[in-house]
Amino acid sequence: MSELLIRHACVVDPVNRISGEIMDLAVRDGRIVESVSDRAEVIDAQGFLTMAGGIDSHTHICGTKVNFGRYMSPEDMRAGRTLKKGQMHSTSGYSVPTTYGNSYRYATMGYTAVLEGAMAPLEARHTHEEFMATPLQDTMANVLFDGNWPVMEAVRDRDVKRVAAIVAWVLTAVKGFAIKITNPGGTEAWGWGKNVTCIRDPVPYFEVTPAEIIETLIRANEILRLPHSVHLHCNNLGTPGNYSCTIGSMDVAPDLNKERQSLYVTHVQFHSYGGTSWKDINSKAHVVADAVNRKPHIVIDMGQMMFGKTTTMTADGPMEFNLYKLHHNKWSNHDVELETGSGIIPVYYSRKSIVNSVMWAIGLELALLIKNPEQCLLATDNPNGSPFVKYPEIIALLMSNPYRQAEIATLPPETESRISLPAIDRELDWNEIAMMTRAGQGRALGLRKLGRGHLGLGAIADIAIYPLSIGAIDPSKEYTRVIEALRLTRYTIKNGKVIARDGEILSNRNKTTIWVRPKIPEQHRMDHDPDFIRNFERYYTVRMSNYPVQEAYVPESTCIETEAVW
Amino acid sequence: MLHEDVVCPFCACLCDDLKVETDNGTIVKVDNACDLGNHKFLTDDDHRLKEPIRRTPSGWTSATLQHAIDRTVEILLGADRPLLYGWSGTHGEAQSIGVHMAEVLGGVIDSTTSVCHGPSILAIQEVGHPGCTLGQVKNRADLVVYWGANPIEAHPRHMSRYTTYTDGFFLDRAFKERKVIVVDIRRTQTAEVADEFILIKKGGDYAVLSALRAIVRGKSDMIPATVAGVTKEQLLRIAEMCKKAKFGAFFFGMGITQTQGKYKNIRNAIELVDELNRHTKFTLTPMRGHYNVYGFNEVCTWMTGYPYAVDFCRGMAFYNPGETSAVDILARKECDACLVVASDPAAHFPKDAVRHLGEIPTVQIDPYPNTTTAFCELQIPVAVTGIDAQGTSYRMDGVPIRVKSILNRGYPTDTDILGEIYRRIKEAKRV
Repeated sequence: MSELLIRHACVVDPVNRISGEIMDLAVRDGRIVESVSDRAEVIDAQGFLTMAGGIDSHTHICGTKVNFGRYMSPEDMRAGRTLKKGQMHSTSGYSVPTTYGNSYRYATMGYTAVLEGAMAPLEARHTHEEFMATPLQDTMANVLFDGNWPVMEAVRDRDVKRVAAIVAWVLTAVKGFAIKITNPGGTEAWGWGKNVTCIRDPVPYFEVTPAEIIETLIRANEILRLPHSVHLHCNNLGTPGNYSCTIGSMDVAPDLNKERQSLYVTHVQFHSYGGTSWKDINSKAHVVADAVNRKPHIVIDMGQMMFGKTTTMTADGPMEFNLYKLHHNKWSNHDVELETGSGIIPVYYSRKSIVNSVMWAIGLELALLIKNPEQCLLATDNPNGSPFVKYPEIIALLMSNPYRQAEIATLPPETESRISLPAIDRELDWNEIAMMTRAGQGRALGLRKLGRGHLGLGAIADIAIYPLSIGAIDPSKEYTRVIEALRLTRYTIKNGKVIARDGEILSNRNKTTIWVRPKIPEQHRMDHDPDFIRNFERYYTVRMSNYPVQEAYVPESTCIETEAVW
Repeated sequence: MLHEDVVCPFCACLCDDLKVETDNGTIVKVDNACDLGNHKFLTDDDHRLKEPIRRTPSGWTSATLQHAIDRTVEILLGADRPLLYGWSGTHGEAQSIGVHMAEVLGGVIDSTTSVCHGPSILAIQEVGHPGCTLGQVKNRADLVVYWGANPIEAHPRHMSRYTTYTDGFFLDRAFKERKVIVVDIRRTQTAEVADEFILIKKGGDYAVLSALRAIVRGKSDMIPATVAGVTKEQLLRIAEMCKKAKFGAFFFGMGITQTQGKYKNIRNAIELVDELNRHTKFTLTPMRGHYNVYGFNEVCTWMTGYPYAVDFCRGMAFYNPGETSAVDILARKECDACLVVASDPAAHFPKDAVRHLGEIPTVQIDPYPNTTTAFCELQIPVAVTGIDAQGTSYRMDGVPIRVKSILNRGYPTDTDILGEIYRRIKEAKRV
């Protein structure tokens, strides 16, 4: 039995309606409890801001394309090196750090769980290998279904149960967490160097539309009663005028789940552009935010872009090629048979660029115009919008209108007429920030009931204590102090153990990989389906028996079993 | 006993459809493998080193495993600048221990990459890599290009599993519909089956690639009558075939990575493929050799940020191939001890580099005696990954496959031996 008592914590925990109350937190065997014995280890939180561990619900940190981002970019590796020190391995990388680099940096920022945004099922073993080398966060993986041949065929046949059965087989086989669709249909078209422009374009050969793929997968997701909803990267990313496609995609989503959203739309900043070309691009964040405000069954994340150097990487192969044709630097692409695609290019977001300035404003506008912070989560689509180490700056921008105005003053003057940010004076409070960085994620991922994203009795004792007395400062004026405090926790606690203190890592390993195993009726299982097996053996280049990820790749594993409603 | 869907641990095709029959601890039959794979499975038992051996003034003598490990730890701890080299013929879990070990020792770790597709990686680091998994080629490609590669002899099932001779979803009669272009400086066996064979003068790859790029960009008027021995007429024909293809797949081998021009050749090839993507779909894949050479690049990258040639002497990862690669470190006589794992540098490195291997304490961990054995002080035999050890391997296109263990011959695995050495080093260094 291990016990911990955190004294004088200034707790912000919106799920349990605790808003800056100074209190003690008792922990036994990794869970929050009512009280502990006097033998408990004691930590004095000194009245500092204390929240549940941060959860990143959309980040790219492990797997084939992430590693290729490192592989092709020694210049990025050189830009972020740290020495081997104590328990810490040496690290490399600024925008795409090594697995230890990611893990240490997230840990010292108080993040204890992360969802890898895009895992190609065929290459899942790779993602899990990197998860094993990401020692201090609980890890989950979105599984890509955007160009899955058997799924598209079942969608074409309007057989939602077959779609559900395929998803169940794949999720179980690859030890994945949720359904991800990246540019649905577009990644398959990219196999021929083509793309789809929006949700009504038919996918070459398969003759299904992105809209049909999205809607059917949402229904299949709820048949399987998966913890998370469908996680959508809309078609037409990064194109002027794409906001209407984004709203159209949201309109497709039925409202099917009472406890959480039915559709999670990711990095919406990249999908909220007005105008007809790069010359007249403008923000349509207000229109997209209005749509989200009217649809409580939708949750989005910001996909905030921050100025500076980063690496873009996505399963959206055609988009990356288009971006490459704008930037002319270097381009990698990796299409995955029967499943999906991916692309990578490094970019530099400049505050001298009107386009980049508009992008920067859009992410913030979304967060400030969406009324319920549980519907707009904080993320940068790390590292696409910016590396996650910029989260403290984003939080400060959301909490301080003066900070925003000071930043706007540095942008090209032509930017102002294209954005609404200068006129928005909303400043978020600590409850709202907690919603956008942990509580909302707990709900959106379906993990709140499992004790994540909050500090109520029975919750998992993942706790972040930041060196900031929130009662003593005005974040609107003292935003630099907010940034400073959120960069490095005083303590990061995971499962009741201190894993980081003042930037120093104190644990070798403290994690689990969370995956789902939906149970469906035996006779519908794909491993008994002759058509599925025959096509698998005929068109994949890996035997069906060698495809599933073995137990050896999830030595620390939390399997969520669901019972499908058939 | 029949083992199905066995993964072949020979080349980076990583064929996973083998049927292997074992009887009483011996492999008696192998189906579906190529000659190279068959040979590895069927003759494995004949070649194994039975126990650790150490060199004495009077010749080789057997050593206990305990002694072998003690001495290896002593050599590595006593070295100022140890080199840990090889890694391509073992599983990822062992490679991972190797990288950790290099970090703790402050040593240099490098793989066979630096003498095979290292130049490809340098080119990729300049211009990127438009690639795909092999199933994309199988199901879609109507044009396959082999440049400086001879798969019929080096990757014998590549054409029948992934390209020319395999069924493809989008091709009705795949064999007839697919065209094959082979580019080489001599008429190889693969050239014999090509629809179009381009015979290039030795060292002319860069010029021919440049000419093709120019033609694809609409600048054919600047091309002379012949380029490196290739007629303009043929170049125009080839460029047209590439542009007209629905899906083209470009494979390249050591015929252009390790010949004149080296990484500049590959950069040019990548830029040709990039250019072709403005007309149609084209991808490019290196014909990696060892079954898990790509795995080392993956493991080393997620752990250190770099694919090979990583120097930890500054307490962090430093990468500069040409300076931190094994051949250079040996040739400069910089390293004062070497651990060779799952490779055979003495058979491939230049003479000066090999000579230095023999002058410093060198330990080899490998199932078989090989050329490097002659330069070692000590060799520890281990299980063969894919026969009596299991673990992760990465195919030439990056697809990770778990290689199986099909029998037990009583040897420790690379992971066992390296794990123990690493444990002892950490203990000594109080990590």
